[in-house]
Amino acid sequence: MSNAPTASSVPPSNKLGLTKQDYVGSKSTLCAGCGHDSITAQLINAAWEMNIDATRVAKLSGIGCSSKTPAYFFNQAWGFNAVHGRMPSVATGASMANRNLINIGVSGDGDSMSIGLGQLCHMIRRNVPIVYIIEDNGVYGLTKGQFSATADKGSVLKYGSINSLEPIDPVTLAIELGCGFVARSFSGNPKQMNAILKAAFAYEGTSIIDIVSPCVTFNNHDSSTKSYKNIKDHEMPLHELGFVAFNELENVEIPAGESKTVSFPDGSKVTFRNIHENYDPTDAVAATKLIKESLSKNELLTGLLYIRPGSPDFNKVLNLVDEPLATLDLQALKPSPQVLSEIMESLT
Amino acid sequence: MSSDALSPSLDVRVNDFSIQIATVNGSGSQTANNVLMRSIFQMGVPVSGKNLFPSNIAGLPTWFTIRASAQGYTARRATNEMLILMNPETAKEDVQKADGGCLVIYDEPLKLEGLRNDLVYCPVPFQKIVTACCPEPKLHKLVKNMIYVGVTCFLLNIEPEEAKKAIAKQLKGKAKAIEINVAAIEAGFLWAKENIKNPSPLKVVRDNKTLGKIIVDGNEASAIGCMFAGVTVLAWYPITPASSLSESLIDYLEEYRKTPDGKSTYAVVQMEDELASAGAVLGAGWAGARSMTTTSGPGISLMSEFIGLGYFSEIPGVFFNVARTGPSTGLPTRTMQGDIDICAKCSHGDTLHINLYPGNMQECFEFAYQSFDLAERFQTPIFVVSDLDLGMQNWMSDPFSYPDKPYDRGKVLNQQQLSEIKEFARYRDVDNDGIPYRSLPGTPGGKGAYFTRGSGHNDRALYSEKPEDYVALVDRLKRKYYSAKSFVPKPILRGNGSDSGIIAFGSSDPAVIEAQDELGRMGRKVDYMRLRALPFTSEVDEFIKSKKMIYVVEQNRDGQMAGLFKEAYPADAAKFISILHYNGLALDAQSIVNEIVSKS
Ligand SMILES: Cc1ncc(C[n+]2csc(CCOP(=O)(O)OP(=O)(O)O)c2C)c(N)n1
Ligand code: SF4
Ligand SMILES: [Mg+2]
Repeated sequence: MSNAPTASSVPPSNKLGLTKQDYVGSKSTLCAGCGHDSITAQLINAAWEMNIDATRVAKLSGIGCSSKTPAYFFNQAWGFNAVHGRMPSVATGASMANRNLINIGVSGDGDSMSIGLGQLCHMIRRNVPIVYIIEDNGVYGLTKGQFSATADKGSVLKYGSINSLEPIDPVTLAIELGCGFVARSFSGNPKQMNAILKAAFAYEGTSIIDIVSPCVTFNNHDSSTKSYKNIKDHEMPLHELGFVAFNELENVEIPAGESKTVSFPDGSKVTFRNIHENYDPTDAVAATKLIKESLSKNELLTGLLYIRPGSPDFNKVLNLVDEPLATLDLQALKPSPQVLSEIMESLT
Repeated sequence: MSSDALSPSLDVRVNDFSIQIATVNGSGSQTANNVLMRSIFQMGVPVSGKNLFPSNIAGLPTWFTIRASAQGYTARRATNEMLILMNPETAKEDVQKADGGCLVIYDEPLKLEGLRNDLVYCPVPFQKIVTACCPEPKLHKLVKNMIYVGVTCFLLNIEPEEAKKAIAKQLKGKAKAIEINVAAIEAGFLWAKENIKNPSPLKVVRDNKTLGKIIVDGNEASAIGCMFAGVTVLAWYPITPASSLSESLIDYLEEYRKTPDGKSTYAVVQMEDELASAGAVLGAGWAGARSMTTTSGPGISLMSEFIGLGYFSEIPGVFFNVARTGPSTGLPTRTMQGDIDICAKCSHGDTLHINLYPGNMQECFEFAYQSFDLAERFQTPIFVVSDLDLGMQNWMSDPFSYPDKPYDRGKVLNQQQLSEIKEFARYRDVDNDGIPYRSLPGTPGGKGAYFTRGSGHNDRALYSEKPEDYVALVDRLKRKYYSAKSFVPKPILRGNGSDSGIIAFGSSDPAVIEAQDELGRMGRKVDYMRLRALPFTSEVDEFIKSKKMIYVVEQNRDGQMAGLFKEAYPADAAKFISILHYNGLALDAQSIVNEIVSKS
């Protein structure tokens, strides 16, 4: 999974003194060639490059092939493979309990767009701090290939059945729900995934990343709209993305000229070098319009489609104490005997 | 008109009677009823109040019963000695159903006096009195209720000062409202004094039996317990009769659990449904919070998948089930002990859960406190099962004492402890009590990192489908469950020496105590064991062994608790005789007595 070092060289370390090897997990048990494994690889790269402290990471997932992947990265992080579709509520609870956790949610299109659609919406509405990845293959991989709610209309299953229903699009939905970080990528586009994931790590709040990730076993045939070939033919990167973390600003030259830059509260910056003319990634209405227009032209726009840094995340809204609730002690949690007397007095 | 209304032939009852007040839901009668109840309480006479309300915001009939009992019995009584009928819709039916000899106070225009001749009628011209005492016509509907408080004070010899004190407490700080209501109480009292000549057979005589007592409902008592227990995450979804537990807790947290700079030492979130509440409870418990939710039967059904996950992957969390009459929406504002089965074994597969059954206000408080210790000690979902009768009705109680016991945060390894051990194995039974050690996400060093999953796993938390790993895991979970026997509250025994016994739990307690006394007076001595928790403790074994015949009193149709006994004590199965009550009303002593007599 990691970039194999050449025989003689010492593997490079990041600022935490960790090599990429320190970010791997157990061996993947997914089908060879499954798009989900490429996403795992990019998560490892992005986290290593971003100097993420994996021991602060909570890896959360639902049920599905995609949801298995948290076992395949960050051995030093805590993982929680919850129930099908209901990981967002688990993430909400974990995040409130310990506001220092770095939450990574991995889900599938079945997990997030069918059984878990309600929870996903409410997690977005609350702006729970989490990097939430939907590994989107248009089918239920783990239950052997039934259509999911992101299957395109007219897409054909391996054994012939045709989807006659409109898909639910995670990205326009997330924008509609007020999500401040909405991206789409393709598991065959490592460079773009890398930039998006890094920006998501720097973003505070819910970031929704829909990554089209072909299921080589059940949905990679020619008549599938979510096959490698079909996506390669129809993917339209919206821009060339650059991400610069706040602590790297000095070393990196922000490209001037026609590129647009969006800054995060911590100083990190994302740069967009437009491929599409006049695209403003901070305009929700324009973003939605363009995404829908592209889809109707059979193009799959990818990139950081919408960004609005600065909204307070849920823990800030709750005005929690700085120390994680999980580690507050008796002193902080148990009111005095005087308080009980006062309450008893009021009830006499 | 009413000078001859009260017949002197009625039995005189001092500090021992029930009053039922029929009003329209949403008409503001609740304040008046509470004032009346409190006034009797302040006279030093033990009292209990029950609100029988509809699933409706305004307009449907509602009944409030107040029982005064010098002996301190607090269960609902099936008979009433006095009716106050303010609801034209139900007045006729209420009269038809009244117990013979009942004193009936009613709004004069209802003209009920011709309906039966074995009742004592006392018509009151509420409209006339309210018009005279309250200058604001738009308040008349509300204030009328306070007039029956005044009339009743006169009839029962309750000092009107007590009613005024009670109203001041109810409407704390709202001077204008207090003034209007006090005027109404006085007007009602005065009218009664001038117009009712014969003395009422029902009397309140000042006593000292309520000295130092409090009045509280079970949901508020539990909320106070949770606050002192240091709850840090509350994830809930509104449902009657559980909502007021969360709502009361939120009030207490805002008042007492903020830091001096206004930050919260707790997180409260109203989730989108009960599935999400359960998920958030588990996520928070996993990450180290003291987490809880409050719900009722329909919510428990929705939560059951997550509860199985919590059980199997060993995550603490407290689940309050304030039960109502099911199945389905059932009678959402009526009481039932109908979720015994579902809470004992909630979820698919083999599951067993620790359950606590508070039976009075002190236990609503104490068990709430203790439930968090149990959840963290046993790393599992804990059910605190009460019901609408406990949760939403007003009960007299001794004040709660401060829980001095420090928190038991269970077996959690910190960074230091982790660094000192050779290998961390999340699900290894190191101490041979079925309880493994856990680590909290984010503990520095990363040595405690592990993967939590609802799928099969070995003792190192690694995925496993091996038959021997699965069997070892579920057998350990069973051992863990039974090791809770020495931690959960023991049963309370009342009486000994008889070879027949009663077992009951939760809100049945007051009615069972009264029934036991009554049976004793009838020459049928029975012992009584009040069960307070699952798993059954050794004291429960002994009680069952020592009896030839055991009446299991419970408030459901199918004898759910009796079923658990028959399963746990198969050799004694023939001893258990179910006494069942399931019409949605709170249990009363007389029906227990009747059934026991008829079944023995
Ligand atoms: C409550 C429940 N219902 C059904 C299932 C069966 N199930 C497991 S995975 C899955 C679909 C997964 O699809 P997706 O999220 O798209 O993941 P993929 O395998 O495609 O990556 C289903 C229906 C389950 N585990 N739980
Ligand atoms: S079935 Fe499809 S989604 Fe699942 S591992 Fe195989 S290729 Fe990936
Ligand atoms: Mg899928």
